[in-house]
Amino acid sequence: MSFHRTALTVVLFAVAGIASAADELVIGLITKTETNPFFVAMRDGAAAEAKAKGVKLLTAAGKSVTDNASQVTAVENMVAAGAKTILIVPSDTKAIVPALRKAREKGVLIIALDTAPDPMDAADALFATDNYEAGVLIGQYAKAAMGGKKPVIVTLDLVPGLSVGTPRHNGFMKGFGLNAPDAKATELGKDPAVTCMADAFGDQAKGQTAMENCLQKSPDVNLVYTLNEPVAAGAYNALKKAGKEKGVMIVSIDGGCEAMKNLSSGVIAATSQQYPIKMGAMGVAAGVEYAKTGKKPSGYTNTGVTLITDKPIAGVPSKDVKTGTQMCWGKS
Amino acid sequence: MELHLLRTAAAGPALAPLLALVLTCVFFATQSDRFLSPQNFSLILQQEMVVGVIAIGQTLIILSAGIDLSCGMVMALGSIVMAKLAVAGGMNAYLAILCGVATTVAFGLLNGALVTLVRLPSFIVTLGTMNIALALTQIYSEAQTVTEVPAAMTALGNTFSLGGAEISYGVVLMLVLYAAAWLALRNTVSGRHVYAVGNDPEAARLTGIATRRVLIGVYAVAGLMYGIASLLAVARTGVGDSQAGETEALEAITAVVLGGTSLFGGRGLVLGSLLGALIVGVIRNGLTLMGVSSIYQVLITGILVILAVSMDKLSRRKGY
Amino acid sequence: MSLPASGNGPTPLVLEARRLVKRYGKVTALDGVDLDLRAGEILGVIGDNGAGKSQLIMALSGAMVPDEGEVRLDGKPVHFRSPIEARRHGIETVYQGLAVAPAMTIAENLFLGREIIKPGLCGRLLRIIDKEKMVSQARQHMASLQIGIHSMTQAVETLSGGQRQGVAVARSAAFARHVVIMDEPTAALGVKEGNMVLELIRKVRDRGLAVILISHNMPYVFEIADRIHIQRLGKRAAVVDPKRISMSDAVAVMTGAKRPDELPTDVLAH
Repeated sequence: MSFHRTALTVVLFAVAGIASAADELVIGLITKTETNPFFVAMRDGAAAEAKAKGVKLLTAAGKSVTDNASQVTAVENMVAAGAKTILIVPSDTKAIVPALRKAREKGVLIIALDTAPDPMDAADALFATDNYEAGVLIGQYAKAAMGGKKPVIVTLDLVPGLSVGTPRHNGFMKGFGLNAPDAKATELGKDPAVTCMADAFGDQAKGQTAMENCLQKSPDVNLVYTLNEPVAAGAYNALKKAGKEKGVMIVSIDGGCEAMKNLSSGVIAATSQQYPIKMGAMGVAAGVEYAKTGKKPSGYTNTGVTLITDKPIAGVPSKDVKTGTQMCWGKS
Repeated sequence: MELHLLRTAAAGPALAPLLALVLTCVFFATQSDRFLSPQNFSLILQQEMVVGVIAIGQTLIILSAGIDLSCGMVMALGSIVMAKLAVAGGMNAYLAILCGVATTVAFGLLNGALVTLVRLPSFIVTLGTMNIALALTQIYSEAQTVTEVPAAMTALGNTFSLGGAEISYGVVLMLVLYAAAWLALRNTVSGRHVYAVGNDPEAARLTGIATRRVLIGVYAVAGLMYGIASLLAVARTGVGDSQAGETEALEAITAVVLGGTSLFGGRGLVLGSLLGALIVGVIRNGLTLMGVSSIYQVLITGILVILAVSMDKLSRRKGY
Repeated sequence: MSLPASGNGPTPLVLEARRLVKRYGKVTALDGVDLDLRAGEILGVIGDNGAGKSQLIMALSGAMVPDEGEVRLDGKPVHFRSPIEARRHGIETVYQGLAVAPAMTIAENLFLGREIIKPGLCGRLLRIIDKEKMVSQARQHMASLQIGIHSMTQAVETLSGGQRQGVAVARSAAFARHVVIMDEPTAALGVKEGNMVLELIRKVRDRGLAVILISHNMPYVFEIADRIHIQRLGKRAAVVDPKRISMSDAVAVMTGAKRPDELPTDVLAH
């Protein structure tokens, strides 16, 4: 770990040395992991904006979604390398706070992307999707699309401990009209209409396993809420194997380009699209503004969420898959 | 009295995990009337298929007193290689599968060579190759999932009817592989040499066993298992998943430990690893049927692992 | 069975070492050491720590290749580059650590590295072990040395120290054709088990195998050896007759307190 840190510091110093020699502004971006396509898209958005504005972008990530130590190290190293703004997707919303406070004391602008630290004011600003709203949209859509049918719902959630799964789940419940906790709740809401709740870890294979197990419990399911699109693909697989895919509606969240196929084919009925590219770009732009004028962004900026479906329902605003494909993130 | 019971259970190496599996099944049967059905059991077998086959390789390596942290990532790389070669590269499906398996075997040989020839500890070596495999997977797949794989690759995910359940061919393959591994370890010279090398490498060397050849063979066969597992993963999910491979190593090691194989090497039964994998699958399935949060699955698995390792210590005399 | 104290008896030499030299950097472990082993005898090898006993034994058993010198087996020169080569020539070694796999059975350990394969194409191709034959042959080998263990399928680690030593000795006796080398076989054993092992060594000798016995245990060596090779400073200091020399004199030569030429000639053996 110490070797890692030394090596990273050396590299960052070298880079910052070159950057400051050219009087370039340095901005850092720290994501949860290196490889999740969502963060890859965020990095791409930030990198494009940095290139356009002539800014040096330093990037780092943890080794897993629970790796706080690497993120703390990255913050320290980026500050030492001269970064004036750090954009971060915190893995551990509480544990990262001291590192953020220390950086802000040195005059560094801290913007949280996608996930807020806890407390939220540990960062100067938050650019994020309103995950609750994302859930509400698909909940509303599902309610309307079901007509008056009695809902037998299965929710495939993330995993206990990762904050983003809860508001999405609860938002879906709210949008559907079930007993739902509010946006700030930390517990997953329950309702008799939801006959099975399983954790899918955001992964396709695990989503398939979770759906199979829930199908055993609840063979009459007709609506499946999935945390994200890989899970939705896995759930569809499980339903198809059981011969039940025709009678079940799957809704999801993310709006990745990879999922657009599934949306137009009807595997996923509707998805709430979010904009990580925009988050990255906005973060870099705010950093440039801060360096030029000293003006800091503040509070929560909603980077937007759009309901995408090819089967629009009256009363629930949405955009079609063609539009969704133009706005989507990641590679298709 | 309890100690005596524990000692008896620890006496037969596969007895304890079998007992644990039966007890957990009995428990869940009382908690949900949907648990005890042939179809449900077939599902659990399919859910543990990939980890189960990986665990065969992991068992061999742990028996030889090593450990392999790279197995999950190597499996993921194999899946991506075969899927992408077929879909993006237009390669013949069977040839692509062969290439994927060749990749995982190559990693196995690399691990084996580093452990035997450069004499690095397997923990360190496989930590390194795990990261190499991860990076290669991300680079080759460009963080994208490969969809629409050819039918030949999903064939093992197809099922046939038997006794009220749909059994998948992949599960049958897994059971065949376990039987073959069990017979080889029990009855062949190479198999017994794996145990000898793991139990006392110096004794093995002095009695004329070619320990380096045995170890390289173990890692190569493990690599082959990971290749088969990568095909099974594609068959089950229908895609080459670029985000896979993160949890399989720990899951495989858990299965091996729960199955009664000693982490110190030289002791254990490969069939135990199958039981270990099934125990994890049963707990996950049972808790979902009961509506209990998955965090308890993690808790229970952790407790079982500690029990398994304690029983391993108990069953050994004279503290060798 | 003892040899005449003086003169070259008619018993032929099974194993000879002449002027073996081994250096490790600046350290000279073997400084031109000789050794003679006669057929059917038990040759005790004693020496202080650092005298080169282990090195001498390693050279004879193939575990080490000497820099200079010659080893002859039955009069013919041999060059062992590995313990396996020595084994192929019929020289077996019982190592101090026993070289047994504790979790494996007695039968498996007896045949470790030399497993009996089932006949037939399938058996030979897949190298399937003939377990029944291994168990029955193991039983025979153990019985011929009158080692009282009944189950060949129990794990070696369940045996007492003396019984484990018995397994290692039985293994060497089963496969040796000329020489059995034993390195500290009674170390870490109590009196009763130590005597058990001495009995075993006698039975091995009675089979017609010559035995080289390295030991720190003077009473045991004096009890069982026909001749004693005293090793000192990488060389053979003297070969003595345990029936004639006193233990304290032998130790004195071993430690250098007495020079070999200070010994009366009738205690020397040849």
